[in-house]
This record gives sequence, C-alpha cells and structure tokens, in this order.
Amino acid sequence: MSARTSIATVLQKRRAEIESAWQQQLTATSASASGRIANEELKRQAQEFFTVFDQALNTGRIDAIDGAEWAEVRGFLEDLSRRRALAGFSSEDTASFVFSLKKPLFEALREEGVADPRQTADAVWDVTLLLDKLGLYTVTAYQRAREGVINRQQQELLELSTPVVKLWEGILALPMIGTLDSARTQIVMESLLQKIVETESQIAILDITGVPTVDTLVAQHLLKTVTALRLMGAECIISGVRPQIAQTIVHLGVDLQGVTTKANLADALALALKRIGVTFTRQ
Amino acid sequence: MGEFLLVTLQVDMHDQLALRLQDDLTNAIQAKGSKGVLIDISALEMVDSFMGRMISDVSGMARILDARTVLVGMQPAVAITLVELGMSLPGIDTALNVERGMQLLKRVLSDGDDHRPR
Repeated sequence: MSARTSIATVLQKRRAEIESAWQQQLTATSASASGRIANEELKRQAQEFFTVFDQALNTGRIDAIDGAEWAEVRGFLEDLSRRRALAGFSSEDTASFVFSLKKPLFEALREEGVADPRQTADAVWDVTLLLDKLGLYTVTAYQRAREGVINRQQQELLELSTPVVKLWEGILALPMIGTLDSARTQIVMESLLQKIVETESQIAILDITGVPTVDTLVAQHLLKTVTALRLMGAECIISGVRPQIAQTIVHLGVDLQGVTTKANLADALALALKRIGVTFTRQ
Repeated sequence: MGEFLLVTLQVDMHDQLALRLQDDLTNAIQAKGSKGVLIDISALEMVDSFMGRMISDVSGMARILDARTVLVGMQPAVAITLVELGMSLPGIDTALNVERGMQLLKRVLSDGDDHRPR
C-alpha cells in the first residue's frame, strides 16, 4: 500500500474521530475563542472542507494542489479567506483553519501505521507538504482579499476628498486636502470640469491650503488642471499659497503660466467677484 | 451672427475637409469683413492632435486677417485628453458656449487695443 493511498484510507476509516478532533482544535483557537465565529458555524465549515478534502484525496493526486482535482478545495479556501479577511480576522486565524488539521491527521496516521513506521513517516511527510501548500494558498487568498479592501477604501477616500463647492453664481471652489498625485488629479479634473459645465461657471478657485508640499510633480498636476479649465473657457485662481510653497515654486523654476495666485481664499473670492462684475456695499 | 462667423464642427476632420474648411473660412472672413470667429466643438467627443493643430492653424490664419477666434463648447473629456496629450492650444481664446463666446468677442473687440489671449 503506497503512502498516497494510505492517507485516503486512514481518512475514510477514522473520519469521525479526525473530524471531531479537528473541530475541537478549531473551537479552541482564537477565532472562536473570541466568540466571533459561532461554534456551529465552525463545525459546518469544517464539515464542508472535510468533504471536498476527502474527495480530492481520493483522486490520488496529493503532490500538487493546482490541478482540477483540487479545484473545489481551492474554491472553498478562497471563499473562507475572503470572508474572514473582510470580517477583519488576522491571517493567522485564517490559516490556522488548515494547519490545525495536522495534529488530528498525524495522530490518526500514527495509530494506523503502528505496523510499518517507515510508511507512517512517509505519509506524515506527505500530509505535511499537502497541508502546508493548502495553508499557504489560504494565506495568499487572504492577502488578496485584504488588498482589495484597501484599494476600495483608497478609491472612496479619493472621491470623498475632492468636493467642488459653489461659492457664488459663476464661481466654484475646490479645496484640496492632501497630496496631489496623478490619480487624484484625474478625479479632480473630471469632477471640476463637469461642475463647470453644469453650473456654467466662469471662475474656479483651487485652494491648496491643505496640500502639504508642492514639488515639480504636484506643480505639473496643478498646471494640467489649470490648462484644462482654460480650454473650457473658465478662469483659474490658485489660493492658499503658503510662504514655503512660494519659495519652492521659485526655487524649482516652475512657470505658473500667468495663473493668478492669492495667499488665501478670501482674497481669491474678492478677485473672482470683481472679475465677474459683482460689488458689495457696506450698509 | 452679425459681424461674427460661426463654425460648427461636427465630424472628424480629415485632410481634405480641413483644407476645405480653412479655405472657406478665410474667404468668408474677407468677404464679410468679420472681426470675430467662433469655432463650436460642443458636438465633438474626441479631439486628436490633428484636430488640435488644425484649430490652431485656422486661428492663426484668422488673426492674420484681423479676426479673433474663440473656441467654444469643449467637452470635459476632450479637455482632459488634450491636456494629457500636452496640447494647451496657446493663443486661442476659449469660452464655455456660443453665448459666452460672443460676449467675449464683443468685449475684446470693443476694448480697441490688442488684448493677447490668455
């Protein structure tokens, strides 16, 4: 009897005890100890995994897990990882789902293989390799899911942090907070230009009080926005220029191409109102 | 249009059409004594570098014939594309729509002296 078939056979023979030993392990680990997954749910997950695991083992291919035989197991693990990643579990909690199966399996193999220690050792090694691969696969899937969450949050942050406000009939303001990279610039340009069309505004004030540094890249992005505005027939005023930024711009030799700059939003607004012909009188 | 000429671009310009346009326009400026030309591109969803250059050329020709050109109605997506391509169309006035474009022309021409476009 080869080591391969012996694992599958042992699993069949001692399924009940392996499963219950594994479930005991699972309910003892932090995932359920903290009460975040109900024991019933864990048992169900264990049962489901065991079924597909058993099926895959019976195909005899246990040296690699990327074939069609292991597709269902992979699918299950991906789903599990994703759900745990989204629920905020650690990668340890997620991977231990697979790794905690080692002890019960080893014990079962040891019991069964009393007659032939050599073969038992081989089987143990095969199981270790297999479960390591599955465990690593779980961790990779978990990481992918986490990155997905981060990317989505980044996207939301981008959209939230560039609001276009109407200061006056014909005057829009865009307070920019944070650094200006190319992705942000794209979103800024799109929303600002769209607003210009909708409100038929003539002047857009870009307030950069909240932009920490202006280097050549940021300056380029700003100028792109200014140019796009100009192409659509709107005028641009940049406000919120801090002394350090003024110094940087001159030191870098950035050409502002005739864009009017003001130290603060109030001054920029006053200028914009003048340009569209609005005056206020004090009573 | 009174003393202004309105050119509405609706289709993608290729060489022949562009040359025809330049010809027609310069002749019309001279025949009518127009001082202002409005090029309306609000129907264009895409402007490539060829178009950009053509608009620049037409504007230059008009200027030599003592007429000011205003480009109106650029769509946001087009503006972004042009900017990404590095085309800023310097020396051409722009306005949001035909109405604003006419206001701009009237203002600039009545001012008398030669205002350089932004």
